[in-house]
Amino acid sequence: MAPTSEPILEVRDLVKHFPLTQGIVVKRQIGAIKAVDGVSFDLHRGETLGIVGESGCGKSTLAKVLMALERPTSGSVKIKGREIAHARGGELKRMRRNIQMVMQDPYTSLNPRMTVGDIIGEPYDIHTEVAPRGDRRKKVQELLEVVGLNPDHINRYPHQFSGGQRQRIGIARGLALQPEIIVCDEPVSALDVSIQAQVINLLERLQDEFNLAYIFIAHDLSVVRHIADRVGVMYLGKLVELGKDTEVYDKPAHPYTQALLSAVPVPDPEGRELRERIILQGDPPSPANPPSGCRFRTRCWKAQEICAEEEPLLQIRPGTAHESACHFAETHDVVHIG
Amino acid sequence: MSDIQQPAQTLPPNAPSGPPLPRSTKKEGKPASLWSDAWHDLRRRPIFIVSAILIAVLVVMALWPSLFTAIDPNDPRTCELATARQGPSGGHIFGRDNLGCDVYARSIYGAANSLLIGISTTLATSLIGGMFGLAAGYFGGVTDTLASRLTEIFFAIPSILGALLIAATFRGGPLSSITLVIIALTVLGWPMTYRIMRAAVITAKSQDFVVAAKALGAGHMRIMMRHLLPNALAPVIVIATINLGGFIAAEAALSFLGVGVTSPDISWGLMISDARNRFLDAPLPLIFPAVFLSITVLAFIMLGDAVRDALDPKLR
Amino acid sequence: MKKTSPEVLPAEGGLGNEPLLAVDNLHVEFRTRAGVVHAVNGVTYSLNPGETLAVLGESGSGKSVTAQAIMGILDMPPAVIPKGEIRFRGTDLLKLSEDARSQVRGQRIAMVFQDALSSLNPVFTVGWQISEMFRVHRGMGKKEALTKAVELMDRVRIPAARQRVNDYPHQFSGGMRQRIMIAMSIALDPEVLIADEPTTALDVTVQAQIMELLAELQRESNMGLILITHDLGVVADVADKIAVMYGGRIVENAPVHDIYKTPAHPYTKGLLESIPRVDQKGQDLYAIKGMPPNLLDMPTGCAFHPRCPYRQDICVTEAPALSGISGTRSSACHYWREVLDGTHE
Repeated sequence: MAPTSEPILEVRDLVKHFPLTQGIVVKRQIGAIKAVDGVSFDLHRGETLGIVGESGCGKSTLAKVLMALERPTSGSVKIKGREIAHARGGELKRMRRNIQMVMQDPYTSLNPRMTVGDIIGEPYDIHTEVAPRGDRRKKVQELLEVVGLNPDHINRYPHQFSGGQRQRIGIARGLALQPEIIVCDEPVSALDVSIQAQVINLLERLQDEFNLAYIFIAHDLSVVRHIADRVGVMYLGKLVELGKDTEVYDKPAHPYTQALLSAVPVPDPEGRELRERIILQGDPPSPANPPSGCRFRTRCWKAQEICAEEEPLLQIRPGTAHESACHFAETHDVVHIG
Repeated sequence: MSDIQQPAQTLPPNAPSGPPLPRSTKKEGKPASLWSDAWHDLRRRPIFIVSAILIAVLVVMALWPSLFTAIDPNDPRTCELATARQGPSGGHIFGRDNLGCDVYARSIYGAANSLLIGISTTLATSLIGGMFGLAAGYFGGVTDTLASRLTEIFFAIPSILGALLIAATFRGGPLSSITLVIIALTVLGWPMTYRIMRAAVITAKSQDFVVAAKALGAGHMRIMMRHLLPNALAPVIVIATINLGGFIAAEAALSFLGVGVTSPDISWGLMISDARNRFLDAPLPLIFPAVFLSITVLAFIMLGDAVRDALDPKLR
Repeated sequence: MKKTSPEVLPAEGGLGNEPLLAVDNLHVEFRTRAGVVHAVNGVTYSLNPGETLAVLGESGSGKSVTAQAIMGILDMPPAVIPKGEIRFRGTDLLKLSEDARSQVRGQRIAMVFQDALSSLNPVFTVGWQISEMFRVHRGMGKKEALTKAVELMDRVRIPAARQRVNDYPHQFSGGMRQRIMIAMSIALDPEVLIADEPTTALDVTVQAQIMELLAELQRESNMGLILITHDLGVVADVADKIAVMYGGRIVENAPVHDIYKTPAHPYTKGLLESIPRVDQKGQDLYAIKGMPPNLLDMPTGCAFHPRCPYRQDICVTEAPALSGISGTRSSACHYWREVLDGTHE
C-alpha cells in the first residue's frame, strides 16, 4: 500500500518527559524520564506503521500521546493537518472520532459491570451526533457481526467471553465512531497463540474493508512484520530506524535493529546452529539518564568516539534506502541463513 | 492448505450456545459477575442466613411493633407507677421498669429508633464519604491532598468524645434528639467510608477500561459514574454493613451518656441508662434492652462479615 | 500424600534402560465448586540426561500442572492425582513420603518460574536468598554459603556479582532477576531442571541471553531440561524433542526437526501455520477456528475435534490414543496419515 495522498497523521519532534520530583509539600524537579524524546513520522490512509521496541523504549507512551491521553512536553501531532496534541474540550472530543485505540489486555480493557451492548454503544452515548438514539442498538449489533461475534450476545457481560472474543469487543468499540486511524497497543500479545492469528486476520480484514490506518505497536517483531507496511524501531525514546518492512527486516542498517532481529526465535529448527545471534550485553540504560550522543553506544560493538559526541540523526545513509540513526549504518541481513 | 483457510470467522459453530466458557482452569477465576457470584456464595453461608433472619425480624419489629406486643408503650396509660420494677408476671413477660412501664413492649418499640439511626447514618456516611472518596480518588492531586488531610483531622478526634461534643452543644435546639444523633455520628463516621472509596477508586482508575473511556472522549462525570463507581462499590457496601451495627451501638452509648435520644422517644441505650441505678434490685429492665442491642449489633456485623467474604475473598 | 512405603530414594549413577525422568499416564484433576476440572488427562513423556524436552501448549493445556505435579507443589486438595506415575530414576515419586519427596524437590529436580519478581522475597538480599539453599540443604555456615552464592551469580553471568550480592531483588532488571532465579534453581546441581515459561515476561534480546545461559548450564552439567512454553520459536531454537499438549493430553510427540517439517497432528499443523515469521513476509495466517476447550466440560472423543479441519464422525465418539507412527514419533490423531501427507478430505 503505497502512500498515495497527504499523510493522515503527522508526528513531528514529539517529546514526552515525565518529571521526577522530590519532596512532599514543595515538589522540586530533580530530573525527567525521557520516555519519548524527539519522534517524527507520517502515517498515510490505509497504511500500517509498526512500532517495535523493547519494554521501556517509550512505545506505549507514544501511543498515549498520539491518543491525546497524555499531553506532549513539546512537538506536534496533526490529524489531517489539525493539531490534536494541544486541542481541548469540544475540539478534542471531535478529533477523537478520527483516532481510536485497541488495547493490550482484553481482561482489564472492558468494564466488567457493563454489558457488551453498553460497552460498544458507549461511543454513541458520548458522541450523540454520530447515531440517533433509536439506531444505536442496531449499530452495535452490526459492529458485533463485523468483528465476528454473535449479535444476539449484546446483553452478555465481558466475563462470558474468552480472551480472543473480548479483544474483538474492544475492536468493535474502537470501530464504532468510524475512525480513520486506530492505534493498536500490543493487541495480540495477551492472547493464546492459536487465537492471535484470528485477531490479526480480523484486523487485516477490517483495514481493507474500512480503509483504516493502523499504528501497530508491539514487541513481537514477527507479528509486526506480518501486518506492517512500514516499521519504526524505537530505542530509549527515539526512533533508530524507519522504513518499509522489507527494508528494515531484510536489510537492517542500525546495529540495534540487527541485534533485535537476530534475537527473534524463528519457528524452524532447520539450520539453527548456523543462525547468526547477536547477544547484547547488559540492559538498556535508564531513560532518566540516557547516554550522550547515540543512546545505543553503551551496548554497541561499533561504537567510536564520535558516537559519544554527536547524536546520529534519523536519515537516509549511504548504502541504504531507508532512514537510520547510526553513524556507521550498514545493511546486514540477520534473519536469513547463509 | 487453502481449503481450510479461514477468514476471520464468526463464532465457532461448535461453541456451546449457553453462557460459553466459564474460564478454563482455576487460575483464571477472572472477575466474573461479582454480584451473582457473591449471592451464590452468600446463600451457602450459615452465618449469613442467621444474620439475615435476625435482621428481617428486627425490620418487621421496627415497622410493625404492634405485631409483637399488644401494649403500646407510647401510651402513658400502660404504665403504672405502683408496679414499678415488678418482675415478670402474666402479660408482662420481661417485667416492668422504674416507671412501671412494660419492658418487653419498650424493647420492641426501641428497634425502630435504633434501625432508623443506624440506617440513616450509614446512608449519610456512605453518600458523603463515597462522594468525596470518588472525587478525591479520581482527580487526585490537590483535591486528594486537601480531602485526605481533612479526613485525617476527623480521624484524630476520638469518636465518642466528638459525638458527645456535637450532641451536647446543639441539644435543645430546633433539631430533634434523633436527628442530632444522626448528624453527630455522620460527621464522625464519613471519613472511614471516604478512605475505603478512595482506595477502591484508585485501584479501578488504573484499569484499561478507564483509559479506553477517556480515549473515547468521555467526560469526568461519565467516567466516575459509569466506570469507577460500579467497580468501587463492593468494599463500600461491606464497610457500610459492618458500620451499621457500630452506629447502632454508638447511638446506645450516646443515649446512655444522656446526650442521645431523650424521653419520650424510646431507645435501648436510654432504657439501659434509666435502669442502671436500680440494677442490683431490678436487673431485668437493663438486661433485656441490652440483649436486644447486642443481638442487633452482632447481626449486622455478622452480615457485614459474610458480605465481605463473599464480595472480596482476599480480605479474609 | 501420606504413603509409607520403605523410603527408596532414587539412586544416583547409571540409569540402565530407564530414562532420567518418566511421566507415565499422569492424570490431575481439580475438584472445585464448579465441578471437576480435568487439567491433565493421561500425559506420558520422558527425559534423558543432557536432553531438552519442550512441552508446548497454550494456557489451560495442562503443561504447567504436569510440571507442578512432578515437583510435588500442587495444592492438594483441590488437586487430586487419581492415577499415573512419575518415575525419577526408576522410583515413582508419587509413592514417596512427603519427607522423601522434599529431598528430591529443589535438590535433584528444580524449577524456574515465569515471574521472577514475585518468586523472590523482596525483603531479603539476593545473596541471602541464594545462599539459603546452601545453608538449609548443605548445612553451610553463613560466610561459606555467601561465597558460594557469589560463585553462582558469576556462573549465571551477573556482572559485578561480588558487589551486587547484597542488593535487593527490586534493584535488578527483569533479566537479571531471572538469572538470580536460575542461580537458585541450579545451586544444588539438580539432575532435572524444569523451566516454566522462563522468558515469557522478558524482552526478546534478554530472552536470547537467558536461553543461551540455560543451554550453557545444561552443557556444563548434563542435566535434563524440561522447557515449558507456548512459543514455537523458542522451541525450534533449543529443543531436542517436543511434546505438544492440548486439553490436558499430549497430542504429538516428536524430535524437533520432524515436527516442524512434517507435523502429524492437525493442532500442531494449525499452530505452525498460524504464526507469523520474522524471516518471511506475506504468508496468509491460518487461524485455527474456535477456542481451547473448557476443562470443566471437555468435548467428547478427541478434545480437538470441534476445531479440527480433518474431523470425521469417529473423532466425536472416540478419543484417539497417542500411538507410535515411527520409532521416535507419536501422534494422537485418527487421521495422522492424512495430516502427515498434507492431503485433506
